[in-house]
Amino acid sequence: MTSQATPMIRLDELTKTYRGQPHPAVDRVSMDMPRGEIIVLVGPSGCGKTTTMELINRLIEPTSGRIYLDGDDVTRADPDSLRRRIGYVIQQIGLFPHFTVAENIATVPKLLGWDKKKIGDRVDELLDMVGMDPSEFRGRYPKQLSGGQRQRIGVARAMAADPPVMLMDEPFGAIDPITRDRLQNEFLRLQQQVQKTIVFVTHDIDEAIKLGDRIAILGERSQIAQYDTPANILASPASPYVADFIGAGASLKRLHLSQVSSVELDTGCVTARIDGDAEQARERLRASERAALLLLDADGRPQRWVDAGDLSSTDLFKAGEPVGAVVESTSTLSEALNAMLTSNSGVAVVIDRSGAFQGLLDFETVMVAARSERDFYRAAKVPS
Amino acid sequence: MDFYEYLVDNAEPLSQEALDHIVVVGISVGIALVLGCALGVLAHRSPRLRPPILAVSATLLTIPSLALFAMFIPLLGLGTPPAVVALVLYALLPIVRNTVVGLGSVDQSVLRAARGMGMGSWRRFLRIELPLAWPVVLTGVRVSTQVVVGIAAIAALVNGPGLGNEIFRGLRSLGSPFALNLVLGGTLGIVVVALLFDAFFIALRRLTTARGIR
Repeated sequence: MTSQATPMIRLDELTKTYRGQPHPAVDRVSMDMPRGEIIVLVGPSGCGKTTTMELINRLIEPTSGRIYLDGDDVTRADPDSLRRRIGYVIQQIGLFPHFTVAENIATVPKLLGWDKKKIGDRVDELLDMVGMDPSEFRGRYPKQLSGGQRQRIGVARAMAADPPVMLMDEPFGAIDPITRDRLQNEFLRLQQQVQKTIVFVTHDIDEAIKLGDRIAILGERSQIAQYDTPANILASPASPYVADFIGAGASLKRLHLSQVSSVELDTGCVTARIDGDAEQARERLRASERAALLLLDADGRPQRWVDAGDLSSTDLFKAGEPVGAVVESTSTLSEALNAMLTSNSGVAVVIDRSGAFQGLLDFETVMVAARSERDFYRAAKVPS
Repeated sequence: MDFYEYLVDNAEPLSQEALDHIVVVGISVGIALVLGCALGVLAHRSPRLRPPILAVSATLLTIPSLALFAMFIPLLGLGTPPAVVALVLYALLPIVRNTVVGLGSVDQSVLRAARGMGMGSWRRFLRIELPLAWPVVLTGVRVSTQVVVGIAAIAALVNGPGLGNEIFRGLRSLGSPFALNLVLGGTLGIVVVALLFDAFFIALRRLTTARGIR
């Protein structure tokens, strides 16, 4: 068997029974988790999803069954050295308040006996990776950080010794919705770089759909109701329980699965520099068939919408209307749709990571994408 | 002779007694810190042992000091040893109680994260639990010291060292012109010793509390 074919994590008939309880909390769960994927365990509270996850790093000892990590049976391995091979992030993050950011991140490397120089370099590398300036944040204490920053440090700390596997227990659960969205996007971008095998626990099906390469929907006693890709689960729920858990609006949820960059953008939009010549801009607008023109700043970032009338105004910085719905090309179609609805415009302005204008996304395109995906999944399900 | 003249004339014996006082209190609180921390950790870890440990250390504090000092005479004779033993017993309760409270107030998620990263139980205790509980433990030590500075005066009854001797000399010579000066001198000395200890603990707290939790 090649190492590619060996699942990174294999649970074999894993069971946990607590003393004095009639039913096991986790009942003979078997699962293969392929390497490099995000596997989301999702289910109602009390279904045993966290217990299942904590069986993997043996924070909870299984009553019976086996756990394999990269092909090795680790059911009886030394738990401390096992845990140093597995990154661990929890909802409360649990940063050590009396350690600096750098000391927090260095925890596992220090346990593994790395030398000082290597630890220092790794800390800086990780801070860069999570988008925090090392020279500014290295010496700070957790109480001097915002919630989102603490969460990033929690992730950096878990990745410090470059473990092949990470366990994440509702890591974004206690964060406000706007920051959560941003952190989720960052997390996906990070995962593209690092390609870890990640076991992710959440009770939020939308989060599961957005983040998971594979989703395991768990029922009572951690029984797997369905274990498949988000697209397949949305297209054909295996049971009424799964359908119920996904809830209404499966078509809308499918929009979580596609990024803005996956659809064709309208790039025919007329643009002009906001500090440029208004007369010239008016000429170009007249020459096109468009009704409005998008003003960009010197770095190509979208600023305002103006029509032909607005262009006669002397001060372009105050002409027309500010752009409403702006989304990054890595956002999901669902986020784009949401932005359009909240800004009350039928079109979203798409920007790249640096904030520069890329194109326009209209309502119609989103609807077509939603419909075609549905047809696509239907077609895939037709027995041949 | 007014009180001020008395102080000037007796500066040397008074400061010697004050030093003795400080030493006996320091030794007693030091022993109580080690013992109290150990008992506190035990009480924190074992829910079964917690009630008896707290009950016994609380009861010790209710024994009248005169009786407690006298109780150890048959075993340890007169002088410093019975004084220290009795003072250790009085100092225990605040330290034990604060150790239990301090350890209990450590954020569980912090400990869970430490465990999940593969930190062994010993290291977890020394690197995480104890430093985080330390400010609360230290407050207990400070309270203990204040209690014991006062009670140590009574140690003079069993020939123990310290400023209590001054007070008891005054009480024995009641009616003589020096009685009031002696009692006042001893009392004032104890107040000064108590203030010195407090200043010491404020400094110690600053020095030994990790910056992130100050």
